[in-house]
Parts: sequence; structure tokens; C-alpha cells
Amino acid sequence: MKEAVQSLLERASRALSGLEEDPKALDQARIRFLGRKGELAQLFKELGKVPDDVRREVGRVLNEAKAQLEELFSEALEKGREHAEGKREAIDVTVPGRVPLLGRLHPITQVALEITRIFNWLGFETVEGPEIELDYYNFEALNIPKDHPAREMQDTFYISEDVVLRTHTSPIQVRVMEKRKPPIRIIAPGRTYRCDSDVTHTPMFHQVEGLMVGKNVSFGDLKGVLATFVHEMFGPEVGLRFRPSFFPFTEPSAEVDIQCVICRGQGCRVCKQTGWLEILGSGMVDPEVYKYVDYDPEEVSGFAFGMGIERIAMLKYGIDDLRLFYENDLRFLGQF
Amino acid sequence: MLISLKWLSDYVSCSLPVERIAEGLTMAGLEIEAVSRLHPQLKNVITARIESVEKHPRADRLSICIVSGGSASYRVVCGAPNVAAGAIVALALPGAELSGGLVKEAVLRGVPSQGMLCSERELGLGDDHSGIWLLGPQTPVGVGLDEALNIRDTLLEVAITPNRGDCLSVVGIAREVAALCKTSVKYPGTSVKESGPPIETLTSITVDDPAGCPRYSARLIQGVRIGPSPGWLKARVESAGVRSINNIVDVTNYVMLELGQPLHAFDFDRLREHRIVVRKSDAGERFTTLDGTERNLPDGTVLICDGVGPVAVGGIMGGLNSEITPDTANVLIESAYFDPISIRRSSRRLGLKTESAYRFERGIDHGGVIRALDRAAMLMNEVGGGSVASGLIDVYPERIVPPVLPLRVDRTNRFLGTDLSASAMREVLEGIEMKVEQAGGNLLQVTPPTFRGDITREVDLTEEVARLAGYDGIPVTSPRIAVETAVFDPHQRARHELKGLLAGAGFFEVINYSFIAQEALRKLRYAQDDPRLDPVRLKNPLSDEQAVMRTSLIPGLLQIARHNLDHRNEDFRIFELSKVFLKRSGELLADEPHHLAGVLAGKRTPQSLYGSGEDVDFADAKGIVEAVLRFFLIEGARFRADALPPWLDPYGSASLYVGDKHMGELGGIHPEVQESFDLKRPVFLFRLDFDGLFALRGGVPVYKSLPKFPPVARDMALAAEERLAVEEPLDFIHALNEPLLEGVEVFDIFRSEQLGAGKKSIGYRLTYRASDRSLTDEEVNEIHGKLVEKVMAKFGVSLR
Repeated sequence: MKEAVQSLLERASRALSGLEEDPKALDQARIRFLGRKGELAQLFKELGKVPDDVRREVGRVLNEAKAQLEELFSEALEKGREHAEGKREAIDVTVPGRVPLLGRLHPITQVALEITRIFNWLGFETVEGPEIELDYYNFEALNIPKDHPAREMQDTFYISEDVVLRTHTSPIQVRVMEKRKPPIRIIAPGRTYRCDSDVTHTPMFHQVEGLMVGKNVSFGDLKGVLATFVHEMFGPEVGLRFRPSFFPFTEPSAEVDIQCVICRGQGCRVCKQTGWLEILGSGMVDPEVYKYVDYDPEEVSGFAFGMGIERIAMLKYGIDDLRLFYENDLRFLGQF
Repeated sequence: MLISLKWLSDYVSCSLPVERIAEGLTMAGLEIEAVSRLHPQLKNVITARIESVEKHPRADRLSICIVSGGSASYRVVCGAPNVAAGAIVALALPGAELSGGLVKEAVLRGVPSQGMLCSERELGLGDDHSGIWLLGPQTPVGVGLDEALNIRDTLLEVAITPNRGDCLSVVGIAREVAALCKTSVKYPGTSVKESGPPIETLTSITVDDPAGCPRYSARLIQGVRIGPSPGWLKARVESAGVRSINNIVDVTNYVMLELGQPLHAFDFDRLREHRIVVRKSDAGERFTTLDGTERNLPDGTVLICDGVGPVAVGGIMGGLNSEITPDTANVLIESAYFDPISIRRSSRRLGLKTESAYRFERGIDHGGVIRALDRAAMLMNEVGGGSVASGLIDVYPERIVPPVLPLRVDRTNRFLGTDLSASAMREVLEGIEMKVEQAGGNLLQVTPPTFRGDITREVDLTEEVARLAGYDGIPVTSPRIAVETAVFDPHQRARHELKGLLAGAGFFEVINYSFIAQEALRKLRYAQDDPRLDPVRLKNPLSDEQAVMRTSLIPGLLQIARHNLDHRNEDFRIFELSKVFLKRSGELLADEPHHLAGVLAGKRTPQSLYGSGEDVDFADAKGIVEAVLRFFLIEGARFRADALPPWLDPYGSASLYVGDKHMGELGGIHPEVQESFDLKRPVFLFRLDFDGLFALRGGVPVYKSLPKFPPVARDMALAAEERLAVEEPLDFIHALNEPLLEGVEVFDIFRSEQLGAGKKSIGYRLTYRASDRSLTDEEVNEIHGKLVEKVMAKFGVSLR
């Protein structure tokens, strides 16, 4: 029996030499020696016929042989694999990939979402309103009566005497306050319209409006919330300033300027050498507005703000022509 | 508004450099948009003395001058006839930007020239161009020309918000500068030398419209000489961008620019009956203003009349019939306060915007009417001579008294988030000429000056405190407001997610104007009575192209398609998910539903090494609509070739139904529409009623456990008539409700000669599965065989 085993091992080792490069032959050899009906299996079958006293010893020898055979084969297999790998050509990874068709959201949409998300994190709820709006909501309830010079700040498209295309997203403030009681925290993006069309104005554009009203909301809170926004949107290192201004529906009112993102405040063409860029208007809600929605200005206070999305998108992406947004050329849209 | 720094310094002395003043005013709410030099063209222009003049060796008309500009001397080639040694002239050095262009070093006929000697006209300081400008012998040499001429000045361009009418003057700005520099304003002098007879003996004033004209005052000067203004007066009005006319008119403008009070000067001899009546216009009245235009006067316009008829539109513009002419000898000066709303209304209706109306509608200083009147009389007397009648007429029946306003210190601090003391508030308010009285530790009683008509409430004082104390100093805080999470509106969220899905499927989002041309709707071939042809119209559109609110997203998308096709962007998919505007009868406001529409054009996948680049077709459009239905978890939608919109190809399009609701349509563009929108090639379109689909969206899916046993598939290929819709056998098979049938799908459709004309083969793959065991072939064969027989019997088709 031991001899038979020895001979098997020798034959196997002979059979294996030179088979490394031929994985098929190697596999056949493996089946011949180690397979279920292979030579080694035959020897194991005969183990039953071996006298009891030596069966244990023969069994050990057989198991050892099995281990040796398996090692022989795995070595050969490994050599074969190395050999095959040595012969394979790597693919040309510079061949272009098979790219799935991908579109993009319009840059205005992307920027509007970015802005509203920042305020959503701060607990502001996104709301919307009609674009064809009553003069009442667009002007009157915002403390802009007819025959007030402030109407000149906004060139209005009229539908009829009492109906306009909203000139700003601010009417949403009034609509929301009319329906709800404080505390209120809303952010309202949308399309707005003014009859003005030149290099720096399109007759339709986008704004985002914000409003927070509650007990003891202060001008300091306005500064805090808007500073958080600016730092999220433009980076924590960007300086900002609050500059007194005038809006009929806020008092005190403030324009928010950020340090010019192009020249870092050194003065350039974009910031007209001032180092500052005006990005949003804001202020404490004027008590006149509360009268229209039946809030008591002695009980509540709050602030509102509004910004142009196009302007922010232009600053963010370095776009120098406003009209590109509405031309919708795919070579433009594909860049964002 | 342009403010001359030199003029400003007449009324306030402030040692701060101009940049700091500009910064300070900006941060106090008067935004300085630009700081510029008056006569910027005089930069690099200096005074110089001609030391010697030589003929140019190669040009008869040119001379070579050696000029000395103080420390340095220059060689300049000059063509002027009047160059002479010893003359003091203006020398433009390289870098000077004259109206004729940038001055550079040059070589003229072989001789280098280091600058240019200038004429008055070349310098933009006059019309004389007969030769170089010879300056007076006392002129200092080697200094800037504007300095030598004493015309160097800096201009501040101030943006003034509509609430600050008081700042529409040099003195108004001076008050803000004084507050900034903690000093006070030196008001201009108003000492009138009265030498004529008492004014009451010469004229009278009647005000019949005290609401429109609460105050009207006048003075009279006799024997003035009309002529050009002296240099200082001309320079000042021009520094503010106002054209100089003559000495009398210039004084009215000067005082308006100085004090903010618009004035008017009448030729007194042309006032019939030598008197003034202020009244409201009557219906249908016409009047010729001094710009020579005859105008229809709106009802209720405040008119300044003489004894017979109108001589001026009050506060807006004077009349041709009473204007100052070169022959005017006697002048009546008007200084009045008109009601802002009345002025604005008339100015808007007349379409007349003037410097005067601009100030009156923002509210002028009703307490400063007489100061301005006196100032004008004094200056007219100075520049035009004559004698001022003694006394003045001041019709002011109801004195306007500024309110006394409470300012609660604690509330102001709470509102602003500050910690200012009562005395700090008092100090800033007094700095802008408010009268402040302390009424207890927490309360100030504040009376604003007459020029601050915008201060009527406590919050107006709060604003003044905030802006003058400085917004910078207000601490940044976080709001303390009840914690509430923001609610996300599911409609908005669905829009955002669907846009993302479409972008992921290769679509670019576009944004179109909401207004379109009426013509664009007509091009969609709607029937004449279609409500979409009756859009909401703008009363004042910028153009016909933007005249109506869109009732469909399709025209805008087709215009973009055209733009891109014309710019060789030929393979594209675009969509817009936005509002259309539909009239609602009996309602002021429109219905504003969201639609989703898109265009597919060109190749399905661009031609590349991986594909041949086949053109998109109906199935691509339908596929994206099916994807949208899956997004909404809507099942059982149907596509039918009925109720098609007129802009789609009637043989290659479908309507979408969910249940019996029409939810949109899709297909190839109608050839006529393609032509009228000028599209180089056909495109495929889809349009969906977003709001409708949103309302029909499926709820939260309920999980079904995954199958444990394998499926068995069997195919069925039917040779059918062309007109058999693939969906019919599908519906029939579903209706059989075979419990072991898991699903059916169409996997193949083809036509061939073997099948014959008018026939097609439809291959269906049926999948069978049991939930509790593996199905055997025999079992499936039996079920499938029976099912196939039923289909064949039902539709009279054979197996292929």
C-alpha cells in the first residue's frame, strides 16, 4: 500500500511538470489524481481491505499523501496563474467611458435651493404665493400706497387697476401673516417681474423672501440670522456689513453688503471699486404692515429680508451676462 | 445727486478726509455711490511757462517750445499760432485724458514731444479753439490747472432713498455730515436789502386750494438786469448737473440745490392784473408749460394763476406765458409748500418729472419756505441788481406743527438688541436738530425739525437712533423663538425630486419667461374658442413678444429648441416644470397650475464609439412619461390616440389618462407647428398636468415578501393584424386572472414578408410562479397552453 502511495505521488509530480501553462490539462490531471473517482480516492477505497493493525498507519500515510498532492496542485495552479497573468494585456483605461445621459437643473434652481436649504436648517419653512398678485398685497399692505414715491422704486407690470405681476416676493409675507399667528419663520422663493429690460435687468427674475416674527425678535437677531446665512452661502471668511437703507415695509431697514468675492474687498470692476457687493435688503417689519394683518406691534416684532437669486448666482459662478439665464443655451446650462 | 465738496464745506467744517466722510455717510444711510473729481480731464494737466519757441525744422506750421513746469522742463511740439515765450499756458502731460483722447509722448516730424499745449476747448473749459489758452500772468506755474484756476473740486454721488427728501440739497447733506463730525451746520445768509415800496402795494396772493398748497410766499424785485450768471454761480449749478440759463433762473436753481426748496421766478409784468391766485384746475383745462408743450391738465392739479388764467403748474413747471426773458425787469419770486401726494399724482398724470416735483413729492421743509425766499431775493439782488420790495407775502393759513413723539428707551433697546442709555439716544437725536426732552428715566419726548416730515412715529426715531449710533455697533444675536421644525410642503418636495429624476434621465431644466407673444399661442393651432387663446394680458408689456401670460409651456420650450438647433446643439432633452396662468371667470387672480413639459430632439445617445446614435422617437417620449408615472407611484395609466392637442402629429401621438382623467399628452410635433416655430428638424414633446398627477399620486408602498421559488417563463408569438393593439391581448390575459401567472410583457414586435402585408408578430413573455413550490414544466405547459388557446380564440390570431 505504501508503495502504491509513493508511486502515485511520483507519477503525479511527473505529470504535473510542464502543465503550468496549460490550465485545462492541469485540471484534467487534478481530476485524475484527486477527483472523486481519481487514483487517490481508489486507494482510500482499499483502506477497508487493509488489516486492522496497520489500517491506522496506512490511513495516516494516505492522508499525508492527500495533503502533499493538494499542495502540489495548488502550487502548479498558482504558477499557472502567474504565468497567465504575465501574458495578459492590460486594457487601455484612457478609452472614454460609457457615460449615461445626464441633465442638469437650471443654475437659478440650484442657487434657489441652496439658499432655501440654509434657511430650512434654521427652521424657516418654504412657502409660495401667486405671481399674478393683487395690488393690495404687492403694495398697499406693504405700506406702499398709490401716489407714494416708493412705487417708483419698482416698475410694475399691470394686469388691471388692482392686479399686477408681483414686483417682489414680499406679498407672501402679508399672505402668510394674514393666515397665521406668530411665531412665524418663512422663506419664499419665486419669480418676480418688473418692466425693465437692459443689460442688467430682465423683465422676469427671481427673489427669495424671508420673514421671522415673534416675541422680542430684535435687530440683533436679524443681524445674527443673516450673518449665518452669508457665511453658509459665501464662506465663513467673508466679511459683511449692514448699511441703513429704506424700504416702505421695514424700519429700520438695512442693505447687507458682503466683501467683494472677486477682489476680496480690494476694489475691482464688479464692486465698482468699493470692495463691497450689495446682496440683500432687510429690516425690522414696519408697524404699519402689522396693522394690515391685525398683529399688535407692542406684542410682537420681527424682521424680513429679500434677495435676488440671479445676482447671487452670478457672483457664485462668475456669470457676467444676466440674459444668459433666460437664453437656455445648452452650452450654458451644461456648465453648472 | 451730485454734491460738490467745496460747496458742502461752505456749511460744515469737517476735518475728516473725503473717503471717511463718504464711508460715514454710507453707513448712516446716505449711500455714496462714487467719489469723483470735478473736471477729471484735468488730471495730468499743469500750468507751465513757455521759455523759448523755435521753428520746427521740417514743418512750417509747427513750433518747438521749451516749457517749464516749475521744477521740470519739457519739449513740446505745438501747432498753435499764438505760442510766445513768456506766456503761461496749460500743458497736458502724457496720461491726461482730454476729450480729444489720451495724451501720449509722440514724435512729430522727427521731433519728440513730451505733451501738448491746450486750447480752452481741448480742456473742456470753454469754446475757444483759436489757439492755445493763454493764462493770466499771475497764474502760478507748475501746479495742477484746476488748482491754479481754483476749480478743483470733488463730487460725491449720493443715492438718496425716497424717505429722505430733506437730503436733496447741499445743506441737507451738510446736516448729515455735521452729525457725523459732531458739529453744527452754518446756514447760509439771508439778509435782504429791502429798498422798494411795500410788496402789498404792488401785488396780492390768494390761495383757493389750501389743501394742495398749504403755504405760498412771495417777494418782488424791481429793475433787475437779466444776464449771464457770474462764474461762481454758473460753476455751482453746473457742478450739480444743472444747465446755466441766466442770472435770475440760476439763482432759483441755486437755492433749490442749496436748501432743497424749489422756487419759481415769474416775469411780474407778464402777470395779468399783477396778482397770483392758487387754485385747482378745472376739467378740460389746457396750458402751455415753459418747455413749449401744450398739456391737458388733469383734474385737481394745483395751478398758479394770475388775474386771468394759469401761469404755472404748481410745484411742477412754470408757464411759457410768464417765464423770465432777457427783457424781464420785475421779478416775482415764489417759494411755496405743495402737498406731496397732490404733486405726485399730477406729475405722474402729466408725465412730467422735474427737479421741483421730485422734491415736493418727497416732502420739503415747510418751515424753511421763507429762508429760501429771502436767500433767493438776496442773491438775485446781488447778481441782478434792482430793488427788493419791502416785506413779503406769506399765505400760511394752517401752520404745520411737527409732532411730539415719545421714545421709550427700554423698548428701543429691546427692539434693536442694544443697551444704549437715554443720554446716548438724546445725543444722537440732538445731533440731527431734534428737540429732545427727558420725561422720566425711560422716556424721551422728541420733536423733529420741520424738514424731517418723515419722522411721525416712535419707530422712526428708533431708526434714527440705530443708524446714527451705527448698525455696526448692534450686537449679533440668535433669535430666541419657540423651536418648531420647518414643515416641508409635499408639492414642493415632489417638484424638486421630479426635477432631479428628469436631470438624471438626461434632461436639462430650462426657465422661460412667464409671458409670451399671443402669436406664439396661435402658432400652436388651437381652435378659435380654445380658452388657451384667451390668456391674461399685460396692460403695459415691454413688447409684443412678452405681452400675455403663458397658458402653455410649449411655445417657450419650442423657442429654446429652435435656439439650440440653430446653435448646433442638436441632440438634447429639455424640460420645464413651472406655472401656467389660466383666467378664472369672476376672479381677479388667475389659476396658476404647475405643468411639466419637455422636448426631445436628435439622437437618443450621441454618436460615439459605443453607439450608432439613433434618433429619438415616440417611445422615448412615452418612456419618460412612464418614468414620471412610476415616480408618482401611479398605476393603471392609459395611453390613447384621442383628444390630441393641435400641436401634436395626429398619427404619432397619444393622450395620457389616469382613470378617466386626461393628464397630458405626448408625441411628435405637428409639421405645421414645426414650421411655424422654425425648427430645422422634428422634435418630440410631452406635456403633463403636474398638479393633477400629484393629486393622484400613490401612497406609501406596502412591502411584499420576496418570492422563494423560481419563476418559469413561456413565450407566445402571435401573428396578428396590424390594427391589433399590443395592449388588447395584454388586458385580456390580465382579465383571465390566472393565479399562477405573475406577469406578462411584450418582448418583440416585427414585420416580415413571410407574415405578409398588414400583419405583425407580437411576442409576449409570460412568467409563472407559485408562492409555495417550484412549478414543474408539465404544470406550466398545461396552464400556458390553455391560456394561449383562449387568446387565439378571442382575437382570431394564429401562433407564429
